[in-house]
Amino acid sequence: MKDIVRLALILTIIAAGSGLILSLVEGMTREPIAEQRRQETLRALKAVMPPSDNAADADTVTLVIGQDKKGRDLTRLFYRGRLGAELSGVAFRVVAPDGYSGNIEVMVGVDPTGQVAGIAILTHAETPGLGSLIEKDWFKDQFKGKSLDNIDWRVKKDGGQFDQITGATISPRAIVQAVKKGLEFYRDHRLEIVAVQGGAQ
Amino acid sequence: MNLLQEFRKGIWQENAVFKLVLGMCPALAVTTSAENGLGMGFATTFVLVCSNLVVSSLRKFIPGQVRIPAFIVIIASFVTVVQLCMEAYVYDLYKALGIFIPLIVVNCLILGRAEAFAFRNPPLRATIDGLGMGIGFTLALFILGAVREVLGSGALLGVSLFGPDYVPFLLLILPPGAFIALGCLLAGMNRYETRNQ
Repeated sequence: MKDIVRLALILTIIAAGSGLILSLVEGMTREPIAEQRRQETLRALKAVMPPSDNAADADTVTLVIGQDKKGRDLTRLFYRGRLGAELSGVAFRVVAPDGYSGNIEVMVGVDPTGQVAGIAILTHAETPGLGSLIEKDWFKDQFKGKSLDNIDWRVKKDGGQFDQITGATISPRAIVQAVKKGLEFYRDHRLEIVAVQGGAQ
Repeated sequence: MNLLQEFRKGIWQENAVFKLVLGMCPALAVTTSAENGLGMGFATTFVLVCSNLVVSSLRKFIPGQVRIPAFIVIIASFVTVVQLCMEAYVYDLYKALGIFIPLIVVNCLILGRAEAFAFRNPPLRATIDGLGMGIGFTLALFILGAVREVLGSGALLGVSLFGPDYVPFLLLILPPGAFIALGCLLAGMNRYETRNQ
C-alpha cells in the first residue's frame, strides 16, 4: 500500500513537471502560432479575392449554413474585401467532404456579382502526384470568371465543363461540387452577407 | 565503449531504420520528399536527445515498476514542445508532416532507447546515444525521401532535376513505393556489407 502511494506520488511529480514545461512553451508559442494562422488566411484571401485595400480578415460576417447531426448550428465566415467604401469581393471557405482521402478545404473568392475571382486549396490529403494536382494553377484557374449561370458545374467526365485530372477524377469532382454549393449559398444569402455591418469578432 | 563509438553506432552499425528496422511508421509515411524526411528526422532527434537526457537524469528517481508511464509522459511532453514550436516557426513543414508529429510519441525508437539505454546509463552517455541515433534516423529518412522524391517527382528538395518533360514514376511517392524503396535500399546495404566482410 505504501508502495503504491510512493509510485503515484512520483508519477504525479513527473506529470506536474511536464505540465509546467508545457504551459511555459504554450505561452511562448501562442502568439506566433496565431500569427502564422492569420498569415495563412491572409495569403489565401489575397490569392482569391478581387483587389481590395482593407483588412478582409477583420471585416467579416458569420452566417449559419445548416445544422450538424446533433442539431448544432454550422456557421461560415464571410470575409469582405473593399476598395474604399465599395464592396469589391467576398471570400469564404467551403469544405468538400467527398475527396479521395478526407476533407478538402477550399477558399473561394467571388466578386459582388457572384462570379468566382479565384479559389485556393487550404488543406487536403489527396494522393501526392495525382489528386494533389488540384493545387496546380491550371486547375484552380479554370474557376476564374465562372458563375452559376455561365457554366455547367460538373467535371467533363460527368458531362460538365470542368477539366478533371487524369487518374484522379474524385478530387476535382468534390471541389467543383463544393464550390458550386458555396456559390449557391452566396447567391441565396447575398444581401445578408453584403449588408450586415460586421467587424472583427 | 567510448563516447565517440557511442555516437557512431547509431549512424551506421545500429542505424534505427536500416539496421534495427525501428520507427517504420514515420520512415515510410512521411518520406514522400527529402525535405519531409529531414524535418521528421530533426523533430525526432530533438525528442530523442531530450528524452534520453531526462530519463537518464531521473533514472534513480523513477522506480522500475512505473518506468514505462514515466517515459511516455516525458516523451509526450517533448513531442508537444516540438509540435508547438514547429507550428509557431516552421508552419509549412508543420502542415506537411501533419499527424505524424504527434505520432512521434509512439515511435518505438524513442521508447526503445529510453528503456534499453538511457535508463541504465549516465546522462552524458545517454545524450550522445540519442544524438547518434537521431542523426542516423535523420540520415535514413533523408536518403529514403531523396530517392523517392528524385524518382517519384523528378526533383530534389523541391528543385526540379530533369526538366518539365520528365514523366515521374508516381508509384514511388505512393505508399507502396515506400516499401519498395526501403526494400531496395536495405538490399543494397546488405550486399555492400557482405562484400566488405
